[in-house]
Amino acid sequence: MPRLSAEQRHTVRLTLNGRAVEAQAEPRMLLTDFLRHELGATGTHVGCEHGICGACTVEIDGSPARACLTLAVQADGATIRTVEGLAPEPGRLSVLQEAFRRHHALQCGFCTAGILMSLDNYLRRQPEPSEDDLREFLGGHICRCTGYVPILAAAMDAARRLRETPSDA
Amino acid sequence: MKPARFDYIRAADIAEAHEALSEHGNDARVIAGGQTLMPMLSMRLVRPKVVVDIMHLPALRKIEASGNEIRVGAGVRQAELLAWPGLAENLPLLKAALPWVGHAQTRSRGTVCGSVAHADPSAEIPLSLLALDGAVELSSRRGRRRVKAADFFTGMMSTARAENELIEAVFMPKRQANTGYAFQEYGRRHGDFAIVACAAVVAATNVRLAVGGVADTPALRDFGALDGKALDDALNAFAWELDARDDLHATARYRRELVRRMGRATIEEARSCRA
Repeated sequence: MPRLSAEQRHTVRLTLNGRAVEAQAEPRMLLTDFLRHELGATGTHVGCEHGICGACTVEIDGSPARACLTLAVQADGATIRTVEGLAPEPGRLSVLQEAFRRHHALQCGFCTAGILMSLDNYLRRQPEPSEDDLREFLGGHICRCTGYVPILAAAMDAARRLRETPSDA
Repeated sequence: MKPARFDYIRAADIAEAHEALSEHGNDARVIAGGQTLMPMLSMRLVRPKVVVDIMHLPALRKIEASGNEIRVGAGVRQAELLAWPGLAENLPLLKAALPWVGHAQTRSRGTVCGSVAHADPSAEIPLSLLALDGAVELSSRRGRRRVKAADFFTGMMSTARAENELIEAVFMPKRQANTGYAFQEYGRRHGDFAIVACAAVVAATNVRLAVGGVADTPALRDFGALDGKALDDALNAFAWELDARDDLHATARYRRELVRRMGRATIEEARSCRA
């Protein structure tokens, strides 16, 4: 990929939720818009568009990151997971998603996709989080509905269940 | 909020990055992790003609020990330095400061040198670099130079980097014997911009405090062997000299009080971990 002209659209290839995909993007296109408008993966939400709110958090090459702070062309060749990749099969939620439902950890749901992607990554790296760890980690997200308490409860519950039956992730 | 149009160059080697910078000068911006540049592009606070991506250069993605220093390349992410096994032994100040940089979700992408390039007056990494007497390695098609942190930060978000230069690495001196390091910060929430951040380095014959979030650049003061009330008085004078201003987040008076109290607390913490 040498110099990409501002005026033109260029092919970006990446792995999205385990599937090789490609679409066209101008250099200035954000990864959020690329996912939503070019690949149709509208599960990733667009909030503040400057990295503060965390709604657009996805997993890029194994780490949680803001899709709005990444250019689509930068993600060429990357492996990306979004909220669409969490459920193990149609009609069944992941352990974490199920815990969110049980604990009413969302109301309007706008921030939820980003929080799920952060927590999914975190709980795989840190299966026994303390509530303080989780609080600090959730500091990277803004939720205006729940007051965070049910989100914390859901995350602690999911962590416990994942420790008991890790294969259900 | 979308960036204005720009050409994108994924540099294949450092020479190509140098060439783009010398051709386009101020119309070019280097992107590494993008965690400060992307918001500025989206808010159109900067409108470069060319964005040069340096994250595909393996030469820049190294953390190396060289002599008494650690060299952190321009492609090293904050999370990578935080996870570096040698961090606690070699750079205890960074070990303490890095968790305060943004959030885990931005440290995963943001680079150490990117924060230095951005030179936000409240940022933790520039403050730490200054407190340690670190340096910045700048390179261009014409050559290479090294600028001490104290000379590099020239004003609010402005640095000594010339428009054709690439920040290729930062150098941070390794932990000195018989010296203690500490970092403390106050913000409304963890991950917010610091209202005041303090880095202290306490050696046998010198007490040093660097303060961020108050003046236009991180500021440093050496207090020699002062202690007790004399040190408090000197901290008070330092706090006044920083010319704090009122803003949305805190009053000038509150910032001075934080420098006096949190500054002293940080010094005492560093003193207590002198090894």
